Amino acid sequence: MATAAAHHEEHPGGLTRWLFTTNHKDIGTLYLWFAFIMFFVGGAMAMVIRAELFQPGMQMVEPHFFNQMTTVHALVMIFGGVMPAFVGLANWQIPMMIGAPDMALPRMNNWSFWLLPPAATLLIMSLFMPGGGPAAGWTIYPPLSTQGGMGMDFAILTIHMLGFSSILGSMNIIATILNMRAPGMTLMKMPLFVWTWLITAFLLLAAIPVLAGAVTMLLTDRHFGTSFFDAAGGGDPVMFQHVFWFFGHPEVYILVLPAFGVFSQIIPTFARKPLFGYSSMVFATATIAFLSFIVWAHHMYTVGMPMAGELFFMYSTMLIAVPTGVKVFNWIATMWRGSMTFETPMLYAIAGVFLFTIGGLSGLMLAITPADFQYHDTYFVVAHFHYVIFAGSVLALMGAAYFWLPKWTGHMYNERLGKLHFWLTTISFNVTFFPQHFLGLAGMPRRIPDYALQFTEFNQISSIGAFVLGLSQLLFLYIVVQTIKGGKQATDRVWEGAEGLEWTVPSPAPYHTFATAPQVK
Amino acid sequence: MSAAKGSYYLPDPSPWPVVTSVGLFFLALGFIFLINSVDGGQWLMLAGVLTIVYMMIRWFGQVIRESEGGAYDDQVDRSFRWSMSWFIFSEIMFFAAFFGALFYARQFAGPWLDNTELLWPGFDFNWPSAGPEGPAAATPSTPPAGPNQFSPMGAWGIPAINTAILLSSGFTVTMAHWGIQKDNRGQLVTWLFLTIVLAIVFVGLQAYEYVHAYTELGLTLGTGIYGATFFMLTGFHGFHVTVGTIMLSVILGRSIKGHFTSGHHFGFEGVAWYWHFVDVVWLGLFIFVYWL
Repeated sequence: MATAAAHHEEHPGGLTRWLFTTNHKDIGTLYLWFAFIMFFVGGAMAMVIRAELFQPGMQMVEPHFFNQMTTVHALVMIFGGVMPAFVGLANWQIPMMIGAPDMALPRMNNWSFWLLPPAATLLIMSLFMPGGGPAAGWTIYPPLSTQGGMGMDFAILTIHMLGFSSILGSMNIIATILNMRAPGMTLMKMPLFVWTWLITAFLLLAAIPVLAGAVTMLLTDRHFGTSFFDAAGGGDPVMFQHVFWFFGHPEVYILVLPAFGVFSQIIPTFARKPLFGYSSMVFATATIAFLSFIVWAHHMYTVGMPMAGELFFMYSTMLIAVPTGVKVFNWIATMWRGSMTFETPMLYAIAGVFLFTIGGLSGLMLAITPADFQYHDTYFVVAHFHYVIFAGSVLALMGAAYFWLPKWTGHMYNERLGKLHFWLTTISFNVTFFPQHFLGLAGMPRRIPDYALQFTEFNQISSIGAFVLGLSQLLFLYIVVQTIKGGKQATDRVWEGAEGLEWTVPSPAPYHTFATAPQVK
Repeated sequence: MSAAKGSYYLPDPSPWPVVTSVGLFFLALGFIFLINSVDGGQWLMLAGVLTIVYMMIRWFGQVIRESEGGAYDDQVDRSFRWSMSWFIFSEIMFFAAFFGALFYARQFAGPWLDNTELLWPGFDFNWPSAGPEGPAAATPSTPPAGPNQFSPMGAWGIPAINTAILLSSGFTVTMAHWGIQKDNRGQLVTWLFLTIVLAIVFVGLQAYEYVHAYTELGLTLGTGIYGATFFMLTGFHGFHVTVGTIMLSVILGRSIKGHFTSGHHFGFEGVAWYWHFVDVVWLGLFIFVYWL
């Protein structure tokens, strides 16, 4: 492996290196920086939302602009932030973890990334068009989304391009994992991050095209006279919700399964014990993936479904708690009696598991049909999915960044600043979103720029938390840049308890790793 | 390529992906402008399409040269196979969304509109339907009597002929495959040519059927849920057949130039897989859109 060091660093310099690159590490870096920028763009929109909600009444923005902010914040964070960030991790880590020289299809890999900036440009452009950006919520339900200006068309074409990027990326990841493993790296020896990405790629391939179909029907309803979602022509607006959530629920697991993979890498490393119940982790992941396709209508209990549908989707949804519980149990059992240390990545992993579990439990509450009639479209739902996506996916991403930055850059990050960033982030996250549970249970609806007076205190606490949470991420940016520029030299192994192929190569990892496949015993 | 990279073929940095994305950006932006009556949309789209066509010629040309130059070993070949099969899977899921819409409209939305007296009292739902405010369905495939009527497309005229044509093309492309497996260049070229002829006849008949529908049957994209599902499903299928025909033509050109060997012809097989995929989707269309 050391043979690949130093003298194979050849690549074009300057801008063309990044535009034309076919190297998985370069492309991974591009993905991660793109996602980081998008997190700040989407975060700025969240700041607008929380500033408006700091007190009742309208003070900062017009209601229509507020609706654009909630819509585009979600689209940017989901499609521009979390998904590309995990693909960036996959690009960096999967070839190194399975002992492959690169991704299976390097040129297509470059294209998967370079579809994202034009798509993001379209989405941001929409905000400046006559009539403004999409304002129907990220779920873009008709008939609201069949009305309105061309901002919605921008959003639809953005979704098409981002979706195409995800499909290409998934094909590449599947081909890489199934075809590029080093000799001896059998499927059941793969690191769990690789396993979760393999399953996520299948989810993407099955779910994203359905979203493409849904938004295509929306587009033809808007401009070409079709009646898919118009009852006067024999269509049904509820049909959009079914097609959308057939994509939308697997999408939730697309966002969170790679995070489970990250937890499963970090926790054994710092507990200095092998992952407890490896094969049950694999099967639990596959089970969650399967179940995610038969639970979609739990997002639509209040739309007026037949009783049989309500019951089926309630029970199938609650079933997901079983494999998810297996995972949480396994992570805890991995820590049990381990020689634990609490470096920043481990703090993120533990907090991620704990807070994600809170989000999972509020999800169980929402799964109960009669209870959901009370919670539906309230701030309780907002609190729930931020506990899942922020605490599950984003905390995992931050943990992963601290975990692998030494391998990527060759430098240790500043541990004190890392811990400070951790405590600022997790405390302000809870200050932001925990009160939203109470607001929702008390009846405050989501996606509303104004609210009744009795909700003021919790909203103010939530807004203060959000501002701290947003500002804390500037510290994260500082730490990342500082680590890239310098810092204590990282060892090859980096972490005392680290196991796996990526820790056998030098830090920073050479431009080309595993030109000759290693033998895995 | 430096030999130190090992046996797996890792391409050098390439400008084509970025060029493609720029082309797609202008195509998308131009399309949005066009459907919103903003000036210049069509020119942006044209610029986008030309960029993409140019890119395809250069990028695919490069891949073909690499393939014929022996750069791709068996492992690279397997990567192509995995990714092509999962690409086709994603295409199937794309069609599944529209089939799902068709089933939902027929099984749920229609009967619910029929059963509720709140919205359109007295509306009877029978497939084919253009909904309570759409035109009424007349006898299939014969011009409707009145202006507020449309005729659905019957199954046993052109659609049945087209089914026979596409199924035959599945047979001819397999004959061509057996030709390349035996290194029989004449059999490969002949049967591939026949496949393309059948494909073009199919697309021509579909175009004829569309004109017939619009000019004589009163059946358009705006004819309620029937027209919407009919044209969306057959339209996207026809688009895929057209793309498949272009792919087959490229493969025919390469076969005539002497590309492919009995042991190395994934370019051919990928296109054949794609062709079988449009074939199978058509069977679903014939049964659920035209026949039942």
